[in-house]
Amino acid sequence: FLAGFGSLMQDVLWCFSQVKGTIDIGVTEADIISTVEFNHTGELLATGDKGGRVVIFQREQESKNQPHRRGEYNVYSTFQSHEPEFDYLKSLEIEEKINKIRWLPQQNAAYFLLSTNDKTVKLWKVSERDKRPEGYNLKDEDGRLRDPSMITMLRVPVLRPMDLMVEATPRRVFANAHTYHINSISVNSDYETYMSADDLRINLWNFEITNQSFNIVDIKPANMEELTEVITAAEFHPHHCNTFVYSSSKGTIRLCDMRTAALCDRHAKFFEEPEDPSNRSFFSEIISSISDVKFSHSGRYIMTRDYLTVKVWDLNMENRPIETYQVHDYLRSKLCSLYENDCIFDKFECVWNGSDSVIMTGSYNNFFRMFDRNTKRDVTLEASRENSKPRAILKPRKVCVGGKRRKDEISVDSLDFSKKILHTAWHPSENIIAVAATNNLYIFQDKVN
Amino acid sequence: MFVRGLKRKCFDGEEDIEGTLAGIKAIPSYNLQRQSLLDMSLVKLQLCHMLVEPNLCRSVLIANTVRQIQEEMTQDGTWQMINTQSTGQASLDRLVSTDILCRSSREQAEGKHVPSYGTFSKDFEGDQGQDNSETMSTASSVQAPRTLQSNVWEMENPQENKGNFQKSLDQIFETLENKSPNSVEDLFSEVDNSYYDLDTMLTGMMSNTKMGHCDGLETFSSPTNTASNSNCKSDLNELDHIVEILVES
Repeated sequence: FLAGFGSLMQDVLWCFSQVKGTIDIGVTEADIISTVEFNHTGELLATGDKGGRVVIFQREQESKNQPHRRGEYNVYSTFQSHEPEFDYLKSLEIEEKINKIRWLPQQNAAYFLLSTNDKTVKLWKVSERDKRPEGYNLKDEDGRLRDPSMITMLRVPVLRPMDLMVEATPRRVFANAHTYHINSISVNSDYETYMSADDLRINLWNFEITNQSFNIVDIKPANMEELTEVITAAEFHPHHCNTFVYSSSKGTIRLCDMRTAALCDRHAKFFEEPEDPSNRSFFSEIISSISDVKFSHSGRYIMTRDYLTVKVWDLNMENRPIETYQVHDYLRSKLCSLYENDCIFDKFECVWNGSDSVIMTGSYNNFFRMFDRNTKRDVTLEASRENSKPRAILKPRKVCVGGKRRKDEISVDSLDFSKKILHTAWHPSENIIAVAATNNLYIFQDKVN
Repeated sequence: MFVRGLKRKCFDGEEDIEGTLAGIKAIPSYNLQRQSLLDMSLVKLQLCHMLVEPNLCRSVLIANTVRQIQEEMTQDGTWQMINTQSTGQASLDRLVSTDILCRSSREQAEGKHVPSYGTFSKDFEGDQGQDNSETMSTASSVQAPRTLQSNVWEMENPQENKGNFQKSLDQIFETLENKSPNSVEDLFSEVDNSYYDLDTMLTGMMSNTKMGHCDGLETFSSPTNTASNSNCKSDLNELDHIVEILVES
């Protein structure tokens, strides 16, 4: 790891690096970014949007001539992953919005990723072509067949270089396995299987088999009138291929072991924090609903995001989290308004940095927050075009809760709730982060000294 | 258990409103705020039926909120409290409380209430005339909470009030069921059950919340009123029967 990497907030100054997307005031809904994910080396950065498209950026090689430009990300491939569909039986549209992208570890020259919408998961192969064969005997360079009687000698076709072409091809389509909306996909550490989770069920797939999947979790009640809880997120353990977790709308996390039973309806561990009676309100359950769950890289901890907080749990302690971080507690007194305008149902994601020492999550007004687990310091930064000068250092932002507002602070009532940072990603080993702000993708890096 | 956040708003509202807003007589009580939240939640559930495919997590969370409110209202005997208020003032109170819940304290201090009340109640009255013939019955469903409220307050007999309340809720739930795309055909066709899970769930949610109401009614019903209670109970039983058929098929 780089020296001083991510461990002390005061050492890290975040700078603007790049922004992708248009500056237009009116946002085309299809361009809204719905997922962001680095691959395992950080060389590639993928985004999915509401229009069903996937855009992959590749980091350029660092050049000695321009040491300040620490490897910029440029478009590598763009393809239409999912199309809108129509369920004729229910008379309902199936959105093409990409809910999640997950990369497979690289095993050969090609890159593989999983992308999913509400109903269908697809495995995409992204490969480069920089040579083409020339000198066929039976056809000429345009592909037209040559008259055999005109051929007087044989030659061996040779591969000649061509302009680099990046192709994306769908290699597998995993369909018709989910009645409800898929919210998560997770690649297993065995690299042979993966899971897809919807509101009520989790299915286990083998990458090679598309017409079958195993149902490993089913929380659909026999009597649907009794439905009070849904699955909100799920993830495999990074090292133990038999272990996974899933979170619920009631603020609970269940850890399951696939070795114990085929249907993992009985959890091995159950994580839930007892409710604070002094904070109880009609909105308590809604704000306790977990919108994202992520294992640490070490596999020792899980992080959960609910509406107002991020929590870190030790796998060995089920009765409460070991750390709780307030993301935007000033919203607690506004819950009724946020319920009315539906913001209370926004699903924020959360991410670990490469060393599990810093965690990051988004908020409103294009703010995003980082929490250093060691120093307990936190910072609020903003993704905005105003701070978009190359290598400009991001200035910490502050929300004024009451009383006198200082010059650079913003009051709670001035926050723009339409600008929400739901999706962020952190490079696996460096201090590079990608932040999706509606239709723009911001890339920030730490300051190069 | 009380809604601390709401109460705080209530106090803020009092301090700001008293001086600046003449003509608003009532200060919204916790009960009225809770009622507003219930109404808002019911509207949200109906609206989400109109969407392409409702977000199940959101629907479940809203339905749980509705259930919570109803349980609390049943426990603290709020049915009887509603009857003690006079008609006109109570309606206005309800509008006041909804508005205050949804405004920031800054807006409250600036006294923006008075003009918006006029438009708010006017819109309601406008809708009331229009939507009788509409097949898309959202507007009428939104109307239902208000009309049933005023029914409740106008009637003198508390037991009849509850009967009317329950019947009006039935109307809401009926419109909910009819709103889902294939519900009528689905009730009687033989197709794979899983496709109707959503419809079943939504119907089921409503049945469940209805049960909450009926339980509450039972605790307050006098022997003389078993007739109206059994009417609403038989409606429920019929619905449960249909749901059972769906679930078992």
